[in-house]
Amino acid sequence: MAELNITPGVELRDAERELHGFRLRLGIASTFVVVMFGLLFARFIYLQLVMHEHYHTLAEANRISILPIVPNRGIIVDRNGVVLATNYSAYTLEITPSKVEHLDNTIEELATLVEISARDRRRFKKLLEESKRFESLPIRTRLTDEEIARFAAHKYRFPGVDVRARLFREYPQGELFSHVIGHIGRISQKDLDRLETEERLSNYRGTDYIGKTGLEYSYEEHLHGTTGVEQVEVDSGGRAVRSLSRTSPMSGSNLVLKLDARLQEVVYRAFGERRGALVAIEPSTGGVLAFVSKPGFDPNLFVDGIDPQNWNELNTSPDKPMLNRAMNGTYPPGSTFKPFMALAALFFGKRTPSQAISDPGYFNFGGHTFRDDKVGGHGYVDMYKSIVVSCDTYYYHLANDMGIDLISRFMGMLGFGSRTGIDIAGESTGVLPSQEWKMRRFKQKWYAGETISIGIGQGYNSYTPLQLAAATATLANDGVMYRPHIVNYVEDVHKKERTYIEPKPWRTLDVRREHISIIRNAMVGVNREGTGARAFAGAPYTHAGKTGTAQVYSLKGDKYVASRVAEHLRDHALFIAYAPADKPTIALAVIVENSGFGARAAAPIARQVFDYWLLGKEPARPAKDDDDAPSH
Amino acid sequence: MHPLIRRVGRFFAGHLDQPLLGAVLLLMFTGLVVLYSASNQSFPRISSQLLNMMVALGVMWVFANIPPHYLMRLSVPVYIVGLILLLGVAFFGQIVNGARRWLDLGVTRIQPSELMKIAVPLMLAWYFDRYEATLRLKNYVIGGVLLIIPVLLIARQPDLGTAVLIFASGCYVIFLAGLSWRVIAALFVAGAASLPVLWSVLHDYQRQRLLTLLDPAKDPLGAGYHTIQSTIAVGSGGIAGKGWLSGSQTHLDFIPERTTDFIFAVYSEEFGLIGTGVLLILFLLVIARGAAITLNAPTLFARLLGGAITLTFFTYAFVNMGMVSGILPVVGVPLPLVSYGGTSLVTICLGFGILMSIHTHRKLVQT
Repeated sequence: MAELNITPGVELRDAERELHGFRLRLGIASTFVVVMFGLLFARFIYLQLVMHEHYHTLAEANRISILPIVPNRGIIVDRNGVVLATNYSAYTLEITPSKVEHLDNTIEELATLVEISARDRRRFKKLLEESKRFESLPIRTRLTDEEIARFAAHKYRFPGVDVRARLFREYPQGELFSHVIGHIGRISQKDLDRLETEERLSNYRGTDYIGKTGLEYSYEEHLHGTTGVEQVEVDSGGRAVRSLSRTSPMSGSNLVLKLDARLQEVVYRAFGERRGALVAIEPSTGGVLAFVSKPGFDPNLFVDGIDPQNWNELNTSPDKPMLNRAMNGTYPPGSTFKPFMALAALFFGKRTPSQAISDPGYFNFGGHTFRDDKVGGHGYVDMYKSIVVSCDTYYYHLANDMGIDLISRFMGMLGFGSRTGIDIAGESTGVLPSQEWKMRRFKQKWYAGETISIGIGQGYNSYTPLQLAAATATLANDGVMYRPHIVNYVEDVHKKERTYIEPKPWRTLDVRREHISIIRNAMVGVNREGTGARAFAGAPYTHAGKTGTAQVYSLKGDKYVASRVAEHLRDHALFIAYAPADKPTIALAVIVENSGFGARAAAPIARQVFDYWLLGKEPARPAKDDDDAPSH
Repeated sequence: MHPLIRRVGRFFAGHLDQPLLGAVLLLMFTGLVVLYSASNQSFPRISSQLLNMMVALGVMWVFANIPPHYLMRLSVPVYIVGLILLLGVAFFGQIVNGARRWLDLGVTRIQPSELMKIAVPLMLAWYFDRYEATLRLKNYVIGGVLLIIPVLLIARQPDLGTAVLIFASGCYVIFLAGLSWRVIAALFVAGAASLPVLWSVLHDYQRQRLLTLLDPAKDPLGAGYHTIQSTIAVGSGGIAGKGWLSGSQTHLDFIPERTTDFIFAVYSEEFGLIGTGVLLILFLLVIARGAAITLNAPTLFARLLGGAITLTFFTYAFVNMGMVSGILPVVGVPLPLVSYGGTSLVTICLGFGILMSIHTHRKLVQT
């Protein structure tokens, strides 16, 4: 780097020397080009002259085809071994559109041999629109032996049409588990892109299906398995002659769930025709025992591609069967919020259990009157009574004394407004209102008056039934929190290994035991002498609960009369509960949409669930709405 | 000849360099012949590629008529616009096939990395030309930075093929601009020394990819599949090939992307060692003509740009044929002028247009 030291006066380079230097460098580069091309040519000589025999044998005489062997997808069973998702092998009739000249004619002619329904045709058309041309697409699944024989005799007439044995997914329980298990479906371009970025694409060669929703999606990596490889010799017509080498596929792992299929069915029947959701959790482990969103849909419709007609019905139904209400439906918790509010009051020292108010039946704040349900009020109300009779005025006062910041801090600790971390993807967060949230969402400051209705679970409050169930389980487990999980363990069938999901507590709520005992005692009172007493009359086990009603529609001062309000604007009924009261084995949250008071519609469902879980009693008919139940 | 005809002729052909044009047309014709076989005799494919070629030749003509000093003025703005678009891709780009390469401008989608194939050598040539009289090590470092920024952005998309090509084109400019031999040697030593370090920071799957390159049989369903099948196709071609339209690997669907990145596998299966030799000679002709034009170019800017265009063309061809014959990793680089597809065809012909312009405008500068 001599030029760095040249003084400014003689800095200019010698043009002639520079040009010479450039030419030298261009010459070197040209030599490089020639050498590299020489290298390439040497490679060609090696491949095409020296090794020609070898490659000729590979390509011409006996072509080697590398075939993927699709692994068996893992099966899914409940805690007692009841099968929820499995595979069956069936023959399908498949068309490769790129090899067929007149698609419509071919299908017409095929229909004379094999029954092809209108639904099959619609589904095929939809597959055709979504697929690449060289893929082979099923026109009919589950061929009978007779149909296979008939087609085989005429196969020569149908180039590009083949019978293939394929594994299909089956969900024997139908819509019972539609929102938990989810379903698989054909691999889409989006799935392909994702697999490619995750470097998993080669493991999906030969595979047509992938988990789309629910556990089938979340546990895809475990369920899918490892694709095997077979090298086969193919003759000049492309038919396999013999196998050269084979690496067997590894079946996917099985999922064993915490869910109980019988319990799930009991819940389903208890709901009858009503819409809603129920999540039941084992408090001591966080294992999900039942996870229901009503109505559901038949996941089997999706397995070999859903036809447009069913698809439209599912999507346009006013009952929204595709919506997973248990974790994507968000509702105001109503009075089921009160036990948690009372716990917050104890935690922050804002109330003692015996501190009482005299309830006139309303609460005035800034010129606005917040009413209690009971005209004239509940009289002298302490903490126990406030929960048992569900006194609104007590909580109007309390919310006002605490302020929104303390409320949202404590409810956040309980998991409200954040994902519970359940092992199904796509959970909603709900809304935990706070000053910061309102500024972010509405660009407005928080008004103190808005805090009042937060105290009784209305206002901006909006949570998923899953969050409510998880918080109830935390209460029932004395503050030790587990992440709710559906899967108990993943069973690797090759290594015979079990991987347990979430066997350890997630965190422990920083609340004193005796404070939790006060709340739990009051919730026992709810079912003994309060709003839940009618639904649980005569139950031979101990139990605790809290009713709630979530307003869908604000009446602006009018009195709410259910019969005068359109069905879909009626209040939602809520109930949280656990049993047995001293050592809970089940905690749940249930919401029944547009069914009015929690005690009327939701608590009877909880009763049936507990009766089954603790006594093995199966209900004969859906839980009846209790029209004489207290209105809160 | 009628003077009018001569004037019209000069208008259209005046700035086209006949030897270069001839070699380019021969390669394009070869491309059409192979494409006909590779696409299973699909006329729509052929006609759409013909259209691509027309557009590319039109672009070549336009650039052949733009004098180099105009290009010089465009260098900096084009580079800056390209860089902004690349940043746009990084933040707002559309993901297509797992890579973020496209920018949706509302009206149309563009792939800014393609623009950078021309913009980077243009910018570097301008930069070294500007400081021609006082080039110091500092200038080479700045040149290196101007190069590495777009290369990293493109490699991140990820589009390794394009990043490699642009990196190579920039390196050619820096090399031709006279980077000291001692620095070059030092860079080589440093590069070799850092290999073990690089290996230790790589992710497992990245190492796996490199190992698959060395031994394609490791992943016969994934990354190794292309290489295994294309090597069989090349090797089975033998000396004279299996004949046009008769490649069994090709027609039994063994070769993936056989009209685009892997068209060379089809060519060498059907035309054999003789064919591949002829193709290498055709490529060499183009490169030789490019080198001759570069050698006689009047300014440093023209010399550097001409050299970079010529050598980048070589890199295209070498990387593609290397990957098809299994000595280079599979990166998405088409065989220039032969593979199906309009984008790279236009970029390459644009480069040749610039080469022709350098040649036919050289007198204007000297006088």
